Amino acid sequence: MSGPSPASAPDAILLRTSINGDAVSVAVEPHHTLLEVLRYQLDLIGSKQGCDKGDCGACTVQIDGKPALACLTLAVHAEGRAVTTVEGLGDAHGGCHPLQDAFDRHDAAQCGFCTPGILMSADSLLRRNPRPVSRDEVREALAGNLCRCTGYTKILDAVVDASEVMHGHGSDDAKKEVAQ
Amino acid sequence: MNPFTLVRLPTLDAARERVSAEPQRRTFRAGGIDLLDRMKEGLDAPDELIELHAIAGEHGARMRGIAATEDGGWRIGALVTLGQLAGYDDLPPAYGAIKDAAGNAATPSIRNGATVGGNLLQRPRCWYFRHSDLLCLKKGGYECLAVSGDNRFNAILGGGPSFIVHPSSLGSAVVALDAKVTIAGESGLRTIPADQLFAPPTVDPTREHTLAPGEVLVSVDLPPALPGQRSAYHFAKEKQSQDWPLAEASVRCTVEGGVIQDLRVALGHVAPIPWRSKEAEDVLEGAAPSAEVFAKAAQAALSVAEPLEGNAYKVPLAQGVLRYALHFATSTPLPA
Repeated sequence: MSGPSPASAPDAILLRTSINGDAVSVAVEPHHTLLEVLRYQLDLIGSKQGCDKGDCGACTVQIDGKPALACLTLAVHAEGRAVTTVEGLGDAHGGCHPLQDAFDRHDAAQCGFCTPGILMSADSLLRRNPRPVSRDEVREALAGNLCRCTGYTKILDAVVDASEVMHGHGSDDAKKEVAQ
Repeated sequence: MNPFTLVRLPTLDAARERVSAEPQRRTFRAGGIDLLDRMKEGLDAPDELIELHAIAGEHGARMRGIAATEDGGWRIGALVTLGQLAGYDDLPPAYGAIKDAAGNAATPSIRNGATVGGNLLQRPRCWYFRHSDLLCLKKGGYECLAVSGDNRFNAILGGGPSFIVHPSSLGSAVVALDAKVTIAGESGLRTIPADQLFAPPTVDPTREHTLAPGEVLVSVDLPPALPGQRSAYHFAKEKQSQDWPLAEASVRCTVEGGVIQDLRVALGHVAPIPWRSKEAEDVLEGAAPSAEVFAKAAQAALSVAEPLEGNAYKVPLAQGVLRYALHFATSTPLPA
């Protein structure tokens, strides 16, 4: 899928925002979505362009910590806000987030196209609820993220497990793996 | 999506006047969820989007806030997101129907962007309307294509001539809660009963609301809760999540001396407007709450239904949804 060319029209607006903790200034056209600017101007291609109309959730990022659909968010909406994409999920040294470790342990990704969006929805849930979460809470938090491969079971297992690992109730295997 | 110019004006009047001057090529943007969807589908191609979020001052604060009013009611700004409303713990339980409706609409990510005003004023989801190659009655064509087409999700009440169902989940709740809406127009702010915001297709099949071009929905105004007021919202969907309801019901009432009073019943996603059911209200007003009387009221509510070829299933479905809402609103145990 090809993206739009970089903004050059006289209508371009200077967008000043924070992306994954970095201050970013970029010229954007008014009709470009946040997803288009992330992927085609800033080369942050973790957020996926699926349905491009709010149905699939593959483009989910966080804006000020809340999950948002980058395909239905105009880029200019990010002015002065903090955007987090899947590239910003791990630690600063390139290490994986406990959610990413749990997805690996549980084989919770198959084709992987939906995974970045699911991780961002799940991370927002775990930030709002710093404790082990229930499967029902995960179901609700991931209600907007479609996966056509896994049947969701392993995804739910992984998110619940990650929340338990992060808050000291994880399985022995998981704790061992995280410790290594 | 077509290129457009974004216009940020700091006052409500300036924004309103800008759109009023050329409503064919300018439109307002709030959350932009439905607007961008329509623009991506090629259904709309405005040259200019006027950003309601840019409105500052007293009007901007009113549009962005949820606040108790001097008369004892509550005001919900049109730019409040569905997520903010669903999570607003200070709103008294008497108004629970609108919070539940907001919290069950769409998905968490959409609720974080979609606004109360946008939810009430979004365009219909009928697949004939949404298909950019089809010219249906709602887009200026000669007939409602749902009548002879696949009409499984279309209206069972109202009698046309357009058989869309109104897409707003807040719609039935604001009607049941006897809310008003405040609108900014040429002569300042005016407040009308919420049910007058919605236009049946007999008035003009190409639109779903009564706002004049350039007018802006400013807030939803909930009246002071009646002593002992309860309310409830219930729905049925094909899928548990991320789906449009097939039927919804909102109920407001009090239960005084063992009988139901002050009852308002509204159904959603079964008619081109949020559908107030006087038939159900007539059965229930003054009756003692029970599963039997709720079943009777639900039957009465749908006795005026005229389903199309493919949606007769919505009649018993809507009856069931209404019965649940009545049980919840009156805390009457569900039958075993």
